[in-house]
Amino acid sequence: MMLAQVEIRDRSSASCVADNGFCPDWIAHHLDRYWDPLGQHVYLTVVSVGLGFAIASALALLAHRWRRLITPIVNVTGILYTIPSAAAFFLLLPLTGRGKDTAVIALTSYTLLILFRNMIDGLDSVPDEARDAGRGMGLTQRQLLWRVEIPLALPAILAGLRVAMTTTVGLAALAFFAGAGGLGQQINSDLAFKSNVVVASVLCVLLAAVLDGAILVVQRLLTPWSRVA
Amino acid sequence: MPAALEFQDVSKHYPGARSPAVDGLSLRVEPGETCILVGPSGSGKTTAMRMVNRMVEMTSGDILIDGRSVNEGDPAELRRHIGYVIQHVGLFPHRTVLQNIGTVPQLLGWPRERIDARARELVGLVGLDPDLSQRYPGQLSGGQRQRVGVARALAADPPLMLMDEPFGALDPITRDHLQTEFQRLQERVSTTIVFVTHDIDEAIRLGDRIAILRDGRLVQEATPAELLVHPADAFVEEFVGADRALKRLSLLRAADAELEPAVAADGTGGATLRDTTPLDDALAALLQDADGRLTVVDGDGHALGVLTLDAVHAKLRVQDQAVSPG
Repeated sequence: MMLAQVEIRDRSSASCVADNGFCPDWIAHHLDRYWDPLGQHVYLTVVSVGLGFAIASALALLAHRWRRLITPIVNVTGILYTIPSAAAFFLLLPLTGRGKDTAVIALTSYTLLILFRNMIDGLDSVPDEARDAGRGMGLTQRQLLWRVEIPLALPAILAGLRVAMTTTVGLAALAFFAGAGGLGQQINSDLAFKSNVVVASVLCVLLAAVLDGAILVVQRLLTPWSRVA
Repeated sequence: MPAALEFQDVSKHYPGARSPAVDGLSLRVEPGETCILVGPSGSGKTTAMRMVNRMVEMTSGDILIDGRSVNEGDPAELRRHIGYVIQHVGLFPHRTVLQNIGTVPQLLGWPRERIDARARELVGLVGLDPDLSQRYPGQLSGGQRQRVGVARALAADPPLMLMDEPFGALDPITRDHLQTEFQRLQERVSTTIVFVTHDIDEAIRLGDRIAILRDGRLVQEATPAELLVHPADAFVEEFVGADRALKRLSLLRAADAELEPAVAADGTGGATLRDTTPLDDALAALLQDADGRLTVVDGDGHALGVLTLDAVHAKLRVQDQAVSPG
């Protein structure tokens, strides 16, 4: 695999490439070698954010019920968030070995703080009188949660999801430290070659933009009411 | 069918509070009646109301709806059969007007078409523009929101409705307007209503009976006229206000006074008043009038007689004797 990376370009083909420049021709002919790293990057991002969302949701539901849990959860996820990412990938190696799983664990732990805080902020933003009226009309606690509180918290929850998604696209570029591939590995394989760095970076940015846009579309569909007031 | 409501020696004692929020309240509201709980802040009126649908659990005593204790069964189930309107309305911002109105029918499992039909019917009943049906609460004015709140409370045709200062947060003009419409609604909807307010004028205007609370205790319970003529003590007298004579006039119509024979049958030759004008407004008009004499006419313009200052005064005196203490 490392050998393949070393042979990423054929230095004899053109002077532009020999000069490590930005070469549209080379890019046009070698784009296919970026699809696999891009696929790995998507996998790392989506799986990590998905897992993070599931864990943060469970934590948020618990903390919504038992408010005293909020501070400890924020503290723990805050500590996870402040561990330097490169260090996290290395620290996990002895425990979980090289590979995707290690990267996913680290990336997931980074999403928790953002997702959890936005979920709690969203649930807290539900107007007290809407809650009171809902209870007074005979909604059970569970109905109140699913029919009133969560829908009203959606704008904040999805805003958190957007931040987590974009951040994770960026952090996943370091997942090669854990041997999980991704566009970061592609960049790192030939840091000196501008064409390589530019293509991989642009793909990273595009991926972030597409995922961000997708959530935005979902948000508009799910919360038509939030844009009318 | 409107329900009968009865408070039986109900108390609410919050842990840590020195005195009970509600202290031995006994009160009966007849089916179809509007009972106003009125008192200064901290009098326990809202707490008393919220114990009916168990938003607040009573410490002792019992509350019966049609003879059945509210403490039997599940609170959520109980609440689905009691209309509930609060000061800040509490519409669901993420649901349209029709969806908000359909909340309780939906909980009760009505079919979708029936919910929709009922919601549209209520939009008309509370005087809301049907064009607003698909709007979200964020797109409505305060008065419109409160109408939706009332419609939502009426959706499942509850035998009993609780209203906590429903018009309290509105500007005076909108409040006056909604109070007038509420009176019309009372005639068309046969629901027993418990209505909380700190505004004695609102209580007099909207109530069949008024219960005055102070420090969690019932001070007086009477019809508006009884209350104005015979306040039970100095507190009620002060609460009702120094202008209680004028307030009594507001409960009467111009045609209720002893009118002098009309000069001209068609009411010509001088200023006129409609027979339905409240007597307090009629008095104000009399004071403005140069002669102090106004011809009272009916809807067709026929003169019923002439109203004078003496007649207004006499009407109040007669009423003093007619209304017995409640």
